[in-house]
Amino acid sequence: MERGHIVNAPTALVVGAPGTNRDADVMLALELAGADCRRVTPGELGADPTPLESSQLLVLAGGFSYGDNTGAGRLFGLEIDSLAGDSIRRFISHGRPVLGICNGFQALVRAGLLPGAPGAIALGHNESGSFDCRWVRIQPVSARSVWTRGLVEDIDCPIAHGEGRFTCSTATLAALEQSDSIAFRYAGSNPNGSAGAVAGICDPSGVVLGLMPHPENHVLQRQNPQAARGERGGLGLALFRAGVDHARSC
Amino acid sequence: MRSDPQGPARRLVIHSIGPDPRAESVRSGAKSLLLPDLGAVQVAQIVWCSTPLADDERCRLTDFLVDPLLQTAQWGWVEPLGQTVEVAYLPGVTDSEAREVQRAALILGIEVGEVATGRLYEVQVPVAPDALDSLVRRLLANPVVERWSVSGPVLPPLGTRGAVAPTVERFVLGDQAALATLNLDRAMALDPEELLAVRDYFAREARTPTDVELEMIAQTWSEHCAHKTFRARLLDESGVEFRPLLQRIRDTTDQIASPHVVSAFVGNAGIVTYDGVTTLALKCETHNHPSAVEPFGGANTGVGGVIRDILGAAHDPIVCTDILCFGPLNLAPALLPAGSLHPRRIHDGVISGVADYGNKIGLPTIAGAVLYDEGYVANPLVFAGCIGRSTLDAPVLSGPHTGDSVIVMGGRTGRDGIRGATFSSLAMDATTGEVAGASVQIGDPLTERLVMEALRECVGMYSAITDCGAGGLSSAVGEMAEGIGATCELDRVPLKYHGLAPWEIWLSESQERMVLAARDPEPIRKVCERFGIDSAVIGTFTGSGRIVVTSGDAVVCDLDTSFLHDGRPQRTMVFRRPLRSQGGPSKASVPVPLAETLLLLLAHPNICSRSSVVHRYDHEIGGATVVRPLTGHRNEGHSDGTVWIDPRADEGFAVGIGVNPWYGLADPMEMGRLVVDEAIRNAVASGADPSRVTLLDNFSWGDPRDPEVLGQLWATVEGMCEASNAFGAPFVSGKDSLNNAWTGTDGVRTSIPPTLVVTAVAAVHADHVVTSDLKESGNALVLLGRTESAFGGSHVNLLLGTGGGAVPRADEFAPARYLRLHEAMSTGLVRSCHDCSEGGLAVTVAEMCIAGGFGAHIDVLPTDDAITAWFSESSGRLVVEVRRGDLERFLDLMEIDALVIGEVTADPVLRMAGGIPVPLANLAAAWSGGTS
Repeated sequence: MERGHIVNAPTALVVGAPGTNRDADVMLALELAGADCRRVTPGELGADPTPLESSQLLVLAGGFSYGDNTGAGRLFGLEIDSLAGDSIRRFISHGRPVLGICNGFQALVRAGLLPGAPGAIALGHNESGSFDCRWVRIQPVSARSVWTRGLVEDIDCPIAHGEGRFTCSTATLAALEQSDSIAFRYAGSNPNGSAGAVAGICDPSGVVLGLMPHPENHVLQRQNPQAARGERGGLGLALFRAGVDHARSC
Repeated sequence: MRSDPQGPARRLVIHSIGPDPRAESVRSGAKSLLLPDLGAVQVAQIVWCSTPLADDERCRLTDFLVDPLLQTAQWGWVEPLGQTVEVAYLPGVTDSEAREVQRAALILGIEVGEVATGRLYEVQVPVAPDALDSLVRRLLANPVVERWSVSGPVLPPLGTRGAVAPTVERFVLGDQAALATLNLDRAMALDPEELLAVRDYFAREARTPTDVELEMIAQTWSEHCAHKTFRARLLDESGVEFRPLLQRIRDTTDQIASPHVVSAFVGNAGIVTYDGVTTLALKCETHNHPSAVEPFGGANTGVGGVIRDILGAAHDPIVCTDILCFGPLNLAPALLPAGSLHPRRIHDGVISGVADYGNKIGLPTIAGAVLYDEGYVANPLVFAGCIGRSTLDAPVLSGPHTGDSVIVMGGRTGRDGIRGATFSSLAMDATTGEVAGASVQIGDPLTERLVMEALRECVGMYSAITDCGAGGLSSAVGEMAEGIGATCELDRVPLKYHGLAPWEIWLSESQERMVLAARDPEPIRKVCERFGIDSAVIGTFTGSGRIVVTSGDAVVCDLDTSFLHDGRPQRTMVFRRPLRSQGGPSKASVPVPLAETLLLLLAHPNICSRSSVVHRYDHEIGGATVVRPLTGHRNEGHSDGTVWIDPRADEGFAVGIGVNPWYGLADPMEMGRLVVDEAIRNAVASGADPSRVTLLDNFSWGDPRDPEVLGQLWATVEGMCEASNAFGAPFVSGKDSLNNAWTGTDGVRTSIPPTLVVTAVAAVHADHVVTSDLKESGNALVLLGRTESAFGGSHVNLLLGTGGGAVPRADEFAPARYLRLHEAMSTGLVRSCHDCSEGGLAVTVAEMCIAGGFGAHIDVLPTDDAITAWFSESSGRLVVEVRRGDLERFLDLMEIDALVIGEVTADPVLRMAGGIPVPLANLAAAWSGGTS
C-alpha cells in the first residue's frame, strides 16, 4: 500500500507569479499529502502547456503577485486567463482538481474560473481596513467539492490577507448556497466581514476550490498555536490529502 | 483636449463602494490631531497615462482596474461637490502601482505610454484654509515624496524626467574656512581634520577633485559607513586612554571563543552555527532619520535594507524582526516641535511600512518591541532585523579576484535616496524634512523578492557579493574593491530615467540592488533574465588598487582605495564617565493601592497588549513560527521569545529582545548588563538553550561630540561586554546610529534617551518549547531569582511620576539559573514560563493569567515589602508553572532562588497577598484597552 502510494504519486503543478510567496508552504503540504510538485510561472504555462497536461492537480499559491499593486490577484488572474485560460478550462473539464489559496483564490475569481466571477463575486478590503494575520477555524460545508466532501472535522489555520472580504449580492449568495458551492465558512468569528461568513467556494463541477485561509500552514501538529497547551487542532493537511487522493484517479 | 492629463482620455478616478477604511483613518487621524470634524471623507485612486486612450481601450482598462462590486470608475476631471485634495508622487519616487498598470495594459494590448498614480480626497464639510493645509501636511501627503493640489487637479509626474544630464563639477580645495563652507554646501558631514586629509590627498595627486570623488569620500567616511565614533581613540577626562568601543566588543567576542561563531563583525552580518551544518546570518539595522521625515517609506526601506544585508552575506533571508520607539501617541499637538510629524502619524506610517515590506516580500515578522517615551517625539527609532540561512559547506566567497566583472542586479538606479549615509550622520532640525527629501524613498518589495529568489539560483556563480545600501554603488563597489581596485562605466548602469549627473548615479541609494563579482557574468545574467530583473556588467575588478569611474569618455573618479579606506584620520574623543545610579528605593516605596496600580500598569503604553500591531504582520508564512509573538488560549497573550523551527527539522532558533532606555537614562552601564540579560532571558523562557546563544547590539544614541553622551555610550558598552562574557554569549554583529539629536526652533539641542537594543538568537529544540500562558489549575507557581528593592527606571516610578534611586543590578547568578531552568524545560518539568520585566511580578503573573485564561492565587511573597515584592523590576527573574507532582524535582534542580509563591486557579480571579482580588476580565480589559 505504502509502495503503491509512491508509485501513484500524482503531479501537482504550482503556479506562482512574481510576488507569490507561499509556494514553498503549499508544496510542503502537497508533498506530505503524497504529491510530487513542480513550480511554474503563468508565462511558462502560457508558452508550454505540456507540464499542465501531464499534471493531475493545479494550485495557485498565495502571496502578493505583482505586489497586488492594482488590486489583489488582478494581474495574476489576467495573466492566467490570457496566457493559459483555455488549457486550464480543459484541465478542469477532465475533472482534475484546482486549488487557489488566498492570492490564488483572488486570481481564480478574476480569471473567471469560479462561479459568477468576475463581476458577481469579489474579495474586498477586510472590514478592519488592514492586513490581518490570525488563526481561524473553518468549517467544510460542501458535499459537492472534491476537496471538502470527505473532510470530517473543521480546519484550524491562519489567515494572512488585506483583501479577503467575500462580497456578493444576497441573490448571488443564495444561488451559491443553493448549488452547494460554499466550500468553507468561518466557524466562530468572521475575521474580515465576509458575506455569509464565506471562507471559500467551489465551482459547479466541484473540482475547483478557492479559499482565503492558509491550510498549508497547518500540516504538522506543532504548527498549531495551541500545541504548547497539549491540544490538537484540525490539520489543513486533510484538505490536501482529499485533493491529492482525488487527483490519483485523474 | 485629448492631450490634457486631466481629460477623459488620460485620467481615471476609482472610488470605493461602501465604507472605505482609508477614509475612516483620515477622519480618526484628523481627530487625533485636534482638527475639526471632517464629516464624510472619500478617498479615491487616480491613474494617469501619457497616451490618450480610445473609448474601447478605456473600457478594457476599466474592466481590469475596477471591480464593479467594489468600485466605480470616472474618466476625466469632474468639478467636485465639496473640497478636494489631490496628491501625486514627485518625479522619481517609486510608483509600483503605475508599473503594474503598464504591465496589465501590455497584456490587454493598450498603448498607455507612461503611467502615474495618485490619491483624491474629498471632504464634504467645509474646512478653513489653514486647517486644510494642516490636514494635508500632517495627514494626507508628505512633501518629502509627494506634491498636492487643493480644489483642483494635481500635476502627475509624467514626461518630466528627460532633463539634460548635468556634467561633472571640479572643486578647488581652499583654506579651512573654504573647506568648511564646501562641507556644509554639499552636506558632507566631515570633520575639519578629515577635510584637511582630503585636501592633502589631492595635493599629492596634484589635481582638483570632482564632485563624484568628494561625494564618494564623504559617504565612505560618514559616521554611518565608517563608524568613526566606535573606532575612535577614547580618552576620559583625566586623559586615560581606552580601547575604541568596537575593539572592546570584538575583544570580548574573541575572549569568549564560542564554537558557535563562524564570523563576527566581518562583512554584512554575523554568521553563527548551532548544529555544525546550518549557518545563520544575523543582522539588525536602524532607519531612524528616514522614518522621522517619511515614516512609511523610511520603515519600508529599513526592512528592505536589512534583508539585503543578509543577501549580501550570501544567506537566504528567513525571518524579520522590528523594534520601534515612538513619542506618546496622545501628545498634545502644541507640544510638537516645529517640522516634526505627530507621533501618531509616525507610528501608523512606520507600522504600515514594516508590514508592507515584510508581508509582501514573504518573510514572517516574528519578534519585536514597541516603546513609547517623550524622548522619541522628534526622533523615532526603527530597528529592523533579519536572519538568513545557509550551510557551512556553501561555496566559499574568496573574491573579488582581478579580472572579475562588477555586476549590478535588481532595481534600476534613479535620483532617489541621495546622500542617505551623510543625512543619517547629521543631527536634524526643523528644516530636515524639506532638505533631506531626496534621501528617502518608497521601497519595492516585489523586486527584492525576485532578487532574493534569483540569488538562490546564483549560488556558486559569484566570488563576492554585497548590497547597495547607504552610499549606493560608491559604497558597495568601493568596499568590494578595497585593496584590489575596479573600473566602472556609469553609462552601463541601468537607469530609471535619463538626466542623472554622474555623481548621482554613483551615489544614488535606489533600493533593491545588489553588487556581485564574477569571473563569468553570463550565468547570472541568464538567471536575472528568467526572473525579469535587470542586471548589467558595469565594470571590472582590476588589481590596480584604484577605483576608476568613467562617464562617457571622461574619468570622473580616480581614487586610491587605500586612501579611501585607510586615509581617514582616526578621531580622538573625550568622554565623561556617567555617575552610577544609587540610593535606596525612591518614592515607589510609598504604599499604593495594589490592585489599582496593577491595572494602571497593565494599561501603560509600554506594557499593554501589542495585538493591534502584531496582527498587521504575517508571522505564519513559512509554517515555522512555533512560538508566535502572541500566544495562549486565545492567541492574544505576550510571548517572551519567539521560536522558528523549519517544518522539516527538529531544531531551530529562538529570538529574544532586550531594550530599556529608562535604565539608560538612569545608569547606562547597568543598562548594558540588564539588556543583555533580558534578551537572553526572553529566549530561554521560550525553551532556548542558554549555552548556545549569540547576540546583536544596536545603539541609537545622541550626539557623541557631547562628552556626557559619549560617556553614556562608553559605559553601556562596558556593561554590555561584561554581561556578554558572564553569559558566554558573544556579540557577532552590531550597528550604531548616532546623532539622534534634534535642534528645536529655540536652538536647544536634545538627544534621544540612550537606547541599546540587544537581540539574542539561541538554539531551541522543538520538544523543549515553552509558552507564557498558564496551562492547568492546581499547578504551582514558582518565582526564580532574587527580588531587590531598586526602582530607578522602573515602570511603577514612571507611572507615579517618581524618579531617582538605583536601577536594579545585574544578577551574577542568572547565567547558572538559566542553565538549570533549561534542564528543567528539557525534561518536561515546565508547563509555562514568563520573564519578569516592565511592571515586575504583578504584571508578569497577570499576563500569564490573561494569556492562559486562568486565575492565580499568590500567597507567598519574596519580601515583606509589598511594593518591592509586586513591582520591583529586579533582573534575572522568571515565573514558572510546574505540576504539583513535579515540584520537588523542579526545586531540587533549581537548587537556590526558587520560591513557590502560589498556584494556578480555575476561578478566573487574581488573588494577590495583601490586595483585593481582581477578576481576570478586569485585568484583560485594562491590558487590551491600553493607550497603544
